[in-house]
Amino acid sequence: MKNKLIELVDLTKNFDDQQVLRGINLDIYENEFLTLLGPSGCGKTTTLRIIAGFEEPSSGQVLFNGIEISKLPPYKREVNTVFQKYALFPHLNVAENIAFGLNLKKMDKSVIAQKVERMLKMVGLSGFENRDVTLLSGGQQQRVAIARALVNEPKVLLLDEPLGALDAKIRKAMQVELKKIQREVGITFIYVTHDQEEALSMSDTVVVMNNGEIQQIGTPTDIYNEPENRFVASFIGESNIIEGTMIKDFLVEFDGNRFECVDKGFPENEPIEVVLRPEDLDIVSPEEAKITGTVRNITFKGVHYEILIETENRTYTVHTTDYAEVGRKVGLKLGPEDIHVMWKMGTY
Amino acid sequence: MKQYKHLLKPYIIWAAVLIVIPLILIALYAFTEEGNEVLTLSFTFDNFRKFAEATYVNVILKSFRLGLVTTVICLAAGYPLAFIISRSPERVQGLLILLVTIPEWINMLLRTYAWMNLLSDNGIINQLLGLLGIDPVTMMYTDFSVILGLVCNFMPFMVIPIYTSLSKMDHSLIEAAYDLGANRFQTFWKVIWKLSMPGVVNGIMMVFLLSISTFVIPKLLGGGQYMLIGNLIESQFISVGDWNFGAAISLILAVIILIFMHFMKKMDSQDD
Repeated sequence: MKNKLIELVDLTKNFDDQQVLRGINLDIYENEFLTLLGPSGCGKTTTLRIIAGFEEPSSGQVLFNGIEISKLPPYKREVNTVFQKYALFPHLNVAENIAFGLNLKKMDKSVIAQKVERMLKMVGLSGFENRDVTLLSGGQQQRVAIARALVNEPKVLLLDEPLGALDAKIRKAMQVELKKIQREVGITFIYVTHDQEEALSMSDTVVVMNNGEIQQIGTPTDIYNEPENRFVASFIGESNIIEGTMIKDFLVEFDGNRFECVDKGFPENEPIEVVLRPEDLDIVSPEEAKITGTVRNITFKGVHYEILIETENRTYTVHTTDYAEVGRKVGLKLGPEDIHVMWKMGTY
Repeated sequence: MKQYKHLLKPYIIWAAVLIVIPLILIALYAFTEEGNEVLTLSFTFDNFRKFAEATYVNVILKSFRLGLVTTVICLAAGYPLAFIISRSPERVQGLLILLVTIPEWINMLLRTYAWMNLLSDNGIINQLLGLLGIDPVTMMYTDFSVILGLVCNFMPFMVIPIYTSLSKMDHSLIEAAYDLGANRFQTFWKVIWKLSMPGVVNGIMMVFLLSISTFVIPKLLGGGQYMLIGNLIESQFISVGDWNFGAAISLILAVIILIFMHFMKKMDSQDD
């Protein structure tokens, strides 16, 4: 079993009269790549800053290896941060930036030089020692920032939207690289982003936040396939969200039809919401399906078509590689595993 | 940009008439003998030789010493002030900067006369001391009164550039230093101080230049016998009437200032 490294207990934070965090409870484990995901203003950055020590929580505890640290200044914590805009020291060159933390520890010059070299090699910037950091590209500055943080051998690396300022292509490459670095150094990464694709592709655990509260904690597959509520379902990927009733275990009703499903554990006749992912829906002939409608619009998206199908009760979004011309009567087929039942917002 | 080029012309003419031509005239005076007719110039180095006399060298040393002391005091008092202002809430910052600059709205002569009133032997400060049973202290016409006057007058020129460089500093750099293990003291010396160097250098240059070339404040607060380089130049032009010697001193001062500025600039660019 993995060891628990950081525990956030009932964390709240108020700025003036505004509550940014409303009781965050979260366990973070060793070697975990954990992502705090949510729209801007959801409290993810504040949570990160509390772990780093830049903010003090209004109430609640931050436990590090079981010891309360929420009053400890940042320079006494075994965590390091990669800042959103890198925050490299403009008056120091690449090597001096990376050596900043080591110099403070009064380490031997030759040891420092060695460690700096090793870090530069890891982030792919060997030979950049004497470069001026202000003249590096965004991607290179990013690597220096990561090296500067990791060279101190922290137990946890905090990353605050580190790829936000990079263009799409470099961002993709950096995602792969960050994941690789995390495996290589074998420490916990806590990553803050509003980009759901980034979160799903890099993380071991995704924490979806909204409005200062955690909405769901889970693996990327859990979060995508079994969203716990409407917010998570609509924030992660596209989805058709439909109100319905859970008749009993494995049987759900919506839009006047009953469907078999794989969900259980809800009270009988509980009002719920159903998530249907656009790529899970199949277009068939009207006779084969319980839901029928008319194609209203079709848009080519590259890999697939996005088709809007108008039915009696609502319009469904479907992603498929099959073509269906506008105006055609079609049926929508769903298997039990395509139906994801979730609690209605505010009822759990 | 090209279409605006002709807009520069008035400024070029302005600069030529009011800066370049007077400078040439000063140089001309400095290298010529007294009593020249416009057309019969006789060149000489006598004016510079005369300056090498101990009395005059002492004046320039005293000016530099005073300028140095004033600059050091302004820096020592102005940096913390600028630092505190830059760390205040934004609305308070504007107000505090206003408070720093408000004295500059009042004529310098008036401010200096006010100091004379405060500092004189039977001035307000000595009267207050008298109430406490302390004998009057002579403050006027000493180094103390002159330095006090200079510091009070030139403080904003130190505070404003330092404040500017501190307030535009990216706060995440300070957080990064904390994050990497620097305590408050280390963060200050290794990051904040280093990054505020351009402001510090500008402040030092401004205050030093203003205080070594001033003549009104030392004259009023230091008395008639208090001779600084500015007073020396003034007296050569106004009372002694030796324009040639006055011009030579001005030129020497200008050269010294240029050398000083060169070194300060060098120091600034090294820190980058």
